[in-house]
Amino acid sequence: MDTPIVINNLTKKFGDVIAVNNVSLRIEPHTFLTLLGPSGCGKTTLLRCISGLEDPDEGEIYIGDTLIYSHAKGISVPPGQRELGMVFQNYALWPHMTVYKNMTFALEIQKLPKAEMDKRVKESLEEVKMSGYENRYPREMSGGQQQRIALARMLAYRPKVFLMDEPLSNLDARLRMDMRTELKRLHHISDATTVYVTHDQLEAMTMSTNIAVMKEGVIQQMDTPDMIYHYPANLFVADFIGNPKINLLKGWVSSEDVVDLGKFNIPAYTHRKTGDVVAAFRPEDITIHTEPVEGGVEFSAYSVQPSGADTTIIAHKGDTEIIVKEMGVSKIAMDQKIWLTFNKEAINLYDKATEKLITGS
Amino acid sequence: MTVTSIEPKDNKEKWLARLRRFFRWLTSPHVVLSIIMVAVMFYLVIIPLYRMVVTTITVADVDLRAIRGAEVGDFTWYHWVRMLTGKIGKLMTYQPAMHSIVVALGATFLALAVGGLMAWLVCRTDIPGRDTIHMLAQVPYIMPSWTIAMAWLVLFKNQKSGGTMGLLEFITGAPTPDWLAYGPIPIIVSSGLHYYTFFFLFIAAALLSIDSSLEEAGELAGAGRWRIMRKITFPLVIPAIASGFIMTFSKAMGTFGGPNVLGVPVRYYTLSTMLRSNSSIGNYGDAFVTAIVLILFAMVTVMLNQKIVGTRKSYETIGGRGFMSKKTKLRNFKPIIVAIVVIFQFIIAVLPLVLLVYSTFMLRDGKWTLDNFTLAHWIGKGDLSINSGEPGILLNHKVWLGAWNSVRLSILTALFTALFGVVLGYAIVKGRGTWLSKIVEQMSFIPYVIPGIAFGAVYIAMFTKPVGPIPALYGTFALLVVVSVAKHLPFSARSGVSAMMQVSKELEEAAMLAGASPWRRFARIVFPLTSTGFVSGFLLTFITTMRELSLIILLVTPTTAVLASMTMRYIENGNDQQANAVIILLIVLVLIGNFIISRFRGGSLKKGLGL
Ligand SMILES: Nc1ncnc2c1ncn2[C@@H]1O[C@H](COP(=O)(O)OP(=O)(O)O)[C@@H](O)[C@H]1O
Ligand SMILES: [Mg+2]
Repeated sequence: MDTPIVINNLTKKFGDVIAVNNVSLRIEPHTFLTLLGPSGCGKTTLLRCISGLEDPDEGEIYIGDTLIYSHAKGISVPPGQRELGMVFQNYALWPHMTVYKNMTFALEIQKLPKAEMDKRVKESLEEVKMSGYENRYPREMSGGQQQRIALARMLAYRPKVFLMDEPLSNLDARLRMDMRTELKRLHHISDATTVYVTHDQLEAMTMSTNIAVMKEGVIQQMDTPDMIYHYPANLFVADFIGNPKINLLKGWVSSEDVVDLGKFNIPAYTHRKTGDVVAAFRPEDITIHTEPVEGGVEFSAYSVQPSGADTTIIAHKGDTEIIVKEMGVSKIAMDQKIWLTFNKEAINLYDKATEKLITGS
Repeated sequence: MTVTSIEPKDNKEKWLARLRRFFRWLTSPHVVLSIIMVAVMFYLVIIPLYRMVVTTITVADVDLRAIRGAEVGDFTWYHWVRMLTGKIGKLMTYQPAMHSIVVALGATFLALAVGGLMAWLVCRTDIPGRDTIHMLAQVPYIMPSWTIAMAWLVLFKNQKSGGTMGLLEFITGAPTPDWLAYGPIPIIVSSGLHYYTFFFLFIAAALLSIDSSLEEAGELAGAGRWRIMRKITFPLVIPAIASGFIMTFSKAMGTFGGPNVLGVPVRYYTLSTMLRSNSSIGNYGDAFVTAIVLILFAMVTVMLNQKIVGTRKSYETIGGRGFMSKKTKLRNFKPIIVAIVVIFQFIIAVLPLVLLVYSTFMLRDGKWTLDNFTLAHWIGKGDLSINSGEPGILLNHKVWLGAWNSVRLSILTALFTALFGVVLGYAIVKGRGTWLSKIVEQMSFIPYVIPGIAFGAVYIAMFTKPVGPIPALYGTFALLVVVSVAKHLPFSARSGVSAMMQVSKELEEAAMLAGASPWRRFARIVFPLTSTGFVSGFLLTFITTMRELSLIILLVTPTTAVLASMTMRYIENGNDQQANAVIILLIVLVLIGNFIISRFRGGSLKKGLGL
């Protein structure tokens, strides 16, 4: 289904709180777009505006070619006619109906013949690996199973667009991982335009084709996971994405392609001759040496935290702290002297005043 | 972006958009329901109150002789001046007001003491038979509020004022003193013992909902037991006490049965009995002044209560989640305390019924010997020498008509109350935070602060003449239904809201996305998920309506009489034993109803009270 979603200047207020602030975005067909941001930044509200469960205060929304909401024109297509399916955070399975009834509720409204309903229920349950659960009640299933049924209910309805609001947040870590895999395959197969809400960056990074990072009702950056990770548009995004956290150090451009961080200099594409900046570089973009090397800066290993696949090292130089990630199990001992070299290609500079990424253009 | 344009076309579109948005708002289900309910409540509450006030300042036919030169319909302060000044003011307003306050305060404090103590015993000590105590504590709630008053008469009346002997006088041979037979003390005791159920249930729920870890934390911090009580337990129970207080006080203020049975014979009038006596002689101007005074008292109580306890908290009860808590050991006192509780509950719950039943088997009232035994009051054919020739109540078609009226009134009221509960709950909860929702909630609360008998009076003012599309309802059975439903509006709203809150909003939204119409969402999702709550509400409304007297006493006519009002009629005519038989019949019907309804879906009295 080729269904893009276009949002123009959408605003939604609750009293004095501006939950969604003048948001404009275009979601291409077949995209898996994730709205990512800390709790309270307006993700749910934006999703609910798209679904029609919330009435925005300004702006317009198109699904496909249809104008489904326009403040200026006074148009708002009722949620039931927007042909979208939604999975709620708490699943919202109807507790007094069996799985079968839950799944056919919408189909009955569409007056589908019984045979077609049975077929769709069967197929959808197969897709979420829950065949044979037709006659269970929601309370007779575990959280993970309910989650799958909620998904199956949406699939049976065959909506043009999938909306999901933190569907995995109530599951334990293990199940979450399994469901991530399933959801990604599901999107791969169905190819439906999907808007997914989460505050979990791992979910966002692993599943999405596009991520929109939000803060206080405003979209900070919308891009592919790769671009979001490697070229965060501003300090908020840089700081929000990545685990362990990105290193952010204040400094100034001392000469072309050199940033003075006070105690030491690092190489970077400065794109300018002077000015206060914040240098950002990810823990895995730093190399650790146990001997002095050319261009290496001396640090001391304040704390070494192996986690099996990799090791996180907190390095100190005076009151400057840098987090470094090394693959595998590190041989470095605590309080050992180490020398760090920085990858010039991987260092991003941000204007200190505007907090925006400094680019060549 | 908006471009300011003076072209008419743009302007037209702007207006069109505005119109569409308004229409969308207007047609969303909770707005439609809110508007309907506002209109209904305006008719049922606001207009009647307004008409009542107008009646007190308008010259009526009966006033023409007293106010010289006036014409019917003129403005006058006559009733207010008359009722609030001079000797008549003292007799008809100030003295009854004093009596009402004394009686209501006395009954409330007695109920608080008894209910609080019992709640503490049940929740916080190792007393045995907890469930039995709990169950017996609810018995008074099922009985009409004047049951104990009538049993009191059987026990304590004296020949001097009551015509015949009570059991005490029969045994001792000495006339029971008047202060024990009639007047404030009997009224206070009999109503206090009736109303203690509220306190018991509210405080027990509050005590159970207090997480004992709070108290244990206090204990660990080294606080003494008394200090913990004062600093932790007490503040947490205060809201429950406060809700019990305003509920009991305003009910006791407006109650009619007890004061009518135990006060009127010795001319101890309260505002409610005074209101009745004025309205029964058709002097509505005077009667309504009394009603307004009564309403003002109740409003002041509620306001004071809110000032002290803080808004809202006071009539919200605390949900009873069962936390484990440390039980105080009664040790050596256990047998004594158990004995006291058993005897006490026997006196409240069982003795009145025994006395009432016994009295109906006496041929001559007051002759307590076995040779006086008769079934005439139950199945007598109508001998002129007893009961002015009325047949026994089981053969009396008037009684059966009253029973039928009671039952259908209760069922209809319970149905409408449940219906309004759904509608109000939906309108208030879905509109949470909007002004419309607040208006609906606050309007629905108004009947709460109007004492029962005054609320009845309001409806005389309203429906003696047709109002808008509603015909003159005075004297009809429909009026009884209307007044009972209106008086239950606060209960409807509260139970509706709490039922609606149980259903997370996503459940309805999921159906909305599936394309279900409002009606389908209601029938398939909202109603099935809230119906349990409404079964309990139905049960409670059924019971309260069955034994409701104050509310309808001013509105019944011989053809619309219900069992509750018939007991008063019989007593006023001196046929105490008939009255006692009728009240027994009433209690039996309530129990049967209670039994049948609680079969469905586990509805229960406690659930209905929102505990
Ligand atoms: N129904 C509502 N009434 C009032 N404020 C709301 C409502 N829904 C959301 N908000 C506010 O809007 C902001 C955004 O909320 P939400 O969209 O739920 O954030 P998120 O889903 O990103 O955690 C928050 O400040 C929240 O308090
Ligand atoms: Mg959210």
